[in-house]
Amino acid sequence: MKKTLMLAGCILAANTAFAADKPVLTVYAPDYFTSEWGPGPKIEAGFEQICDCDLKFVAGDVLPRILLEGDRTEADAVIGLTTDVMARARATGLFAPHNEDTGRLTLPITWTDDTFLPFNWGETAFVYDKTRLKTPPKSFQELLDAPDNAYKIAIQDPRSSISGLALLFWVKAIYGDQAGAAWEKLAPKILTVTQDWSESYGLFTDGEVDMVLSYTTSPAYHIIAENDDTKVAAIFPEGHYFMTETAAQLKGTKHPALAQKFMDYILSDAFQGMIATANWSYPAIEKPGFLPPAFAALPRPAKTLFFTEDEAEALRAAATEEWRQALRK
Amino acid sequence: MTASPPALIAALLVAAAVLAPLAAVIAHAGGLSGLGPGDLSALWFTLWQAALSAALSCLLAVPVARALARRRFPGRGLLISLMGAPFILPTIVAAMGLVAVFGRRGTVNGVLDWLGLPGLSIYGAQGVILAHVFLNLPLAVRMVLHGWQALPAERLRLAASLGFARADIARHIERPMLRAVLPGAFLAIFLVCLTSFAIALTLGGGPRATTVELAIYQAFRFDADAGRAAVLAMVQIGVSLGALAASLALTAPPAFGAGLDRARGPSVPGGRIKDMLVLIAATVFLLLPLLTIAARGVPALPDLPPSILRAAGTSVLIAAGSTAVTLALALPLALAAPRARWAEAAGTLPMTASSLVLGTGLFLILRPFVNPVALSLPVTLLANALMSLPFALRLLLPETRALCADYDRLAASLGLRGIARLRYLDLPRLARPLGFAAGLAAAFSMGDLGVITLFSDGHRQTLPLALYQLMGAYRMDQAAAAACVLMALTFALFWALDRIGQHADPG
Repeated sequence: MKKTLMLAGCILAANTAFAADKPVLTVYAPDYFTSEWGPGPKIEAGFEQICDCDLKFVAGDVLPRILLEGDRTEADAVIGLTTDVMARARATGLFAPHNEDTGRLTLPITWTDDTFLPFNWGETAFVYDKTRLKTPPKSFQELLDAPDNAYKIAIQDPRSSISGLALLFWVKAIYGDQAGAAWEKLAPKILTVTQDWSESYGLFTDGEVDMVLSYTTSPAYHIIAENDDTKVAAIFPEGHYFMTETAAQLKGTKHPALAQKFMDYILSDAFQGMIATANWSYPAIEKPGFLPPAFAALPRPAKTLFFTEDEAEALRAAATEEWRQALRK
Repeated sequence: MTASPPALIAALLVAAAVLAPLAAVIAHAGGLSGLGPGDLSALWFTLWQAALSAALSCLLAVPVARALARRRFPGRGLLISLMGAPFILPTIVAAMGLVAVFGRRGTVNGVLDWLGLPGLSIYGAQGVILAHVFLNLPLAVRMVLHGWQALPAERLRLAASLGFARADIARHIERPMLRAVLPGAFLAIFLVCLTSFAIALTLGGGPRATTVELAIYQAFRFDADAGRAAVLAMVQIGVSLGALAASLALTAPPAFGAGLDRARGPSVPGGRIKDMLVLIAATVFLLLPLLTIAARGVPALPDLPPSILRAAGTSVLIAAGSTAVTLALALPLALAAPRARWAEAAGTLPMTASSLVLGTGLFLILRPFVNPVALSLPVTLLANALMSLPFALRLLLPETRALCADYDRLAASLGLRGIARLRYLDLPRLARPLGFAAGLAAAFSMGDLGVITLFSDGHRQTLPLALYQLMGAYRMDQAAAAACVLMALTFALFWALDRIGQHADPG
């Protein structure tokens, strides 16, 4: 116990000593960010080249932490807030406008929010292995109408996972009032519901399920990092649900100029150019050369579905209950 | 007789550490709020699956423990240790192993298919219960086995000289022992299954398998309704305390007095083949999933990034500290418990607490004074120690009860008290369960993922966190390798501590 305390103390002391030289910009980020396979280390190196500061990512549960800390938070900026939590983040009143020109964004939807700045995007999709699944569904309706034993699917729980929640909105956007009936038809094909995307995807790569709820960009990882082109996203004509991660700066930051510089950096070519392979998603601003050829060649849905923050918040509780009722049998 | 000051201090510390965070969450929420739709069905599912899982684990544990108790064969000690492995497995690794064996493409369905039989599905309530039995059977076996080993040899000799048949031995000696041991084992497993979360979700197949702990998670993270989370946490504590009261009422006091010691009794006639079959079945059931994980993970070991070593180091450090804290709390409580029910209740309290509420509450309490992120390691260590305490207590209790019943008068007549009693009587007598409890505490700490996420800064990783990040970055093969490392380290720690306990045992 004593040793651990001492160790914690040393780490703390080391951090403080380092901070004495340059201003520290503290950015809260999701867990996946700071691992050596996440985008964090690249962003940190890139930004520190231009800012004459020390960028410190604090990874963990971004919004829960901000909610608990309130205006005493040490964060200067946050990154990785998804659209589903934006309403609650906004309600804290802790965030300041990003002052960026959202007209530069190349998202498939129009984005005008002046507080939350998207840095990547993707769309939900069912991913399958074409060597194992010979007759994938060609549309969402075909998926629903298929016999119960045609496919076994793993999805994520909308109450614990952001991609699971996106599926809820996806079904709602296509089927509206008939979403409950759609879930009843989908239910027998759902082998299991996991807490997180990782567990579902693990079941898929193990061959336990035929299809997994993931993203249209998932095959890019297998093609580029593993030289494996057997994983394919099923593209449906009904459209796919849009997901994005955003960044924002805090009103109470002690380094407003640095925080603004970080917002600028997010839309810079250096940042946007490395998102594809660091984050396995599309950059918020796409320019020639930002996507590796295999990534650029991925099929894209013709139609994008999306609920605004207010629409999503109004639908969420009822849609979750609809889902729960359909799947509890 | 009044309780010792160390026990009182330990009880107060534990109660404060569990209840203060809950109070902090309620204060932060500005009060309690009502339950949501589905919360009641979550409670109902939680209760019946936990009861059924605990009952099955206890039922299956009796023949396995009996076979282990009355047979001697080469490698018996190793088998006992190995059979404990599933219980200390981090749930995420356990789920991987179970799916590999019992899943749609698993070994079992492969064999069934080859035999032309219909396959079986692991997804649904049956999967949750299978997983819980897999994880908890080892605990039940160990607790019942301790009961058997604690039977004084004189009693068995007396039975032999009276010409007892096996049925008579079962009735007069084994059944009273089981009545003393099984309620405790049932309670411990019931409580573990009560707070089950990831396993219930992955293998439950959907929202019909929602547990209260998942409802707490949802209330916190998705609805930002801390008031509802606190109500659910209180429901969980209430149910657990109810179960504790019931098990106390059902536990029968030991029927006979002490023996001279517990040297091996005469061997029991018959049943050799039955015992062998029971042991083979249990070994296959418990070890096949572990072997499957190893087979998948080992080839990817060389691809693991060097940062895994750092994460492993951090995990071991936390485990060592948390083990020390667990024992420091468990020993005084266990020694006081035979005379004071409050000591047992205080030591069981942490098991009823939701780790999410615990973590959030601690965060809220520490926040005004210090940056909680700077305390991520000590807080994780403390939380892990608290979570292991109830198990350590459960393991020590039967032995301290026996100590109290059998040696109190002798110790009093000899004037053996305080440190001297601890050194010459209590510690040697408790060496075996203490070693096992220390092993469990270390193993639990290795696999924990619950509390660290709120306090982590993302740079100081633990092994389970690194495993999750590998999975999150599509690196499933490396994740399997990391799972292997986690499993091996966890088991090595457990085995070492358990062995130390067995060697220090005078019997």
